[in-house]
Amino acid sequence: MHPAFSVIFLTTLIGVSQGFFTALMIGQVFELSNANLNFGDNFYTVGALLALIFCGGGLVASFFHLGHPERAWRAFSQWRTSWLSREAIMLPVFMAFVFLYMLMSFNGAGTQDLLLVGLIAIVASFVLFYCTGMIYACISFLREWATPLTIVNFILFGCASGFTFASFYAALSAPALIETYAWFAIVFTIMSLGTRYWTLARNAELRKNVKTNAQTATGFRGRVVQRSQGQMGGSYNTREFFHGATDLFVKKIKSIFMVLVFPVPVVLLFLGMGSESAFILFLAFAVQYAGLVAERWYFFAQVNHPQNIYYQTVG
Amino acid sequence: MTQLALVIDLNVCVGCHACVTSCKQWNTSSLGTGPLPDDNPYGADPSGVFFNRVQTFEVGTYPTSDTVHLPKSCLHCEDPPCVPVCPTGASHKREKDGIVLVDYDKCIGCKYCSWACPYGAREFDEHEKVMKKCTLCVDRIYDESIPEAERKPSCVIACPASARIFGDVHDPESEASKMIRENNGYALMPEIGTKPANQYLPRANKKTI
Repeated sequence: MHPAFSVIFLTTLIGVSQGFFTALMIGQVFELSNANLNFGDNFYTVGALLALIFCGGGLVASFFHLGHPERAWRAFSQWRTSWLSREAIMLPVFMAFVFLYMLMSFNGAGTQDLLLVGLIAIVASFVLFYCTGMIYACISFLREWATPLTIVNFILFGCASGFTFASFYAALSAPALIETYAWFAIVFTIMSLGTRYWTLARNAELRKNVKTNAQTATGFRGRVVQRSQGQMGGSYNTREFFHGATDLFVKKIKSIFMVLVFPVPVVLLFLGMGSESAFILFLAFAVQYAGLVAERWYFFAQVNHPQNIYYQTVG
Repeated sequence: MTQLALVIDLNVCVGCHACVTSCKQWNTSSLGTGPLPDDNPYGADPSGVFFNRVQTFEVGTYPTSDTVHLPKSCLHCEDPPCVPVCPTGASHKREKDGIVLVDYDKCIGCKYCSWACPYGAREFDEHEKVMKKCTLCVDRIYDESIPEAERKPSCVIACPASARIFGDVHDPESEASKMIRENNGYALMPEIGTKPANQYLPRANKKTI
């Protein structure tokens, strides 16, 4: 597939937002369980605002993917069958509860009420994670995506980057939380390394067991080689479904994200945790986010769409 | 329930592309689907939207290999994977005749349906910013202002070899159904489970999967 940056930014940015808001709520529970702590209302108000900014950024990016963004409201209608429609509903639902949480926190609402609204937002967030993952996982013949691992990876990457950002945020406004957040971030990052590596291994196996090929695409047995795709020029079919990069470039992107998403942020999180340095923790987040952009590019590029069988030879 | 479809006889298709050009002509002129844009038609990197392509494959090993021309358009699947994924309901399958259509006024141009089509049957119109595809000439087959014999998809009328048969594949007495039954008609990528309505009649001397 041809990776679209609009979708890359949408999925990575809302992931940060969802993970970060989860971190915020864990911070609130942590504060509640420890009588000596008081982070103040601003910690939660500004935090919720930041979560909204990340999510809003993703939402804006998603509009660049649409041919007719002015008709985007129509995407709310097919929730019975379409995971994309379900995502389009859950994203504003999640944002609405985070917004409500922000308003309540700003107006000094009680902890009980805040926790309740925050909990609803977290439930919405995980339903949203599931919808986003299912958009890709539900297309059975795009076999690199058609696995529950797709959903697990979205959740773990969102939590890893969200908690990494939370540790930076804590360094600025609630140093008592740095260690908790950084440890969560490290655990989520290591878990996502495991599931992403598992996904890569699974997808490498898929190439050995191809179900759809030139034979099933044409119906003929034996040797089938395309001699002409029926057109000398390009078309949507020759652009949308192939990344257009060299194999070497794709391999390099894989190496880059395997380094930037996992080992570098873990080391920086350890260093940042020890020194309580906001700069190092910000660096951990920036590096991990850049790595996730590369990871998401690879996520799209690796998919070998069956329609490409029909577009092998110009003629 | 009616399921209109095309049956394409690969024994007869000579790969002349008359179906491609007549399809383009009809649909680019149509109030409903047109224009179908061409960018840089005479330039270095031409690109255009088509609903139908004739592709050529070499089948078998020399000296017994065959050149097979395979016309490919939307197969109007009985279980079309492009329809349930559409977030707006623009992509739909008609109850009345089984034709899979896109409502261009509802399409938001998210391209998700084209990802969900394993055949590459859908092409995005970069000018109108909506997804387009074969309509089985829905604006022609019901038009009572044209002679009854011409109320067929443009590609079917254009084919000089009569390789394309149009009809209701759910009616066992239709010519299309008879041709499928008597000539071992088959579907493309059956393993995916889309149940294409369009079927192909194999070369008589070639084994099919």
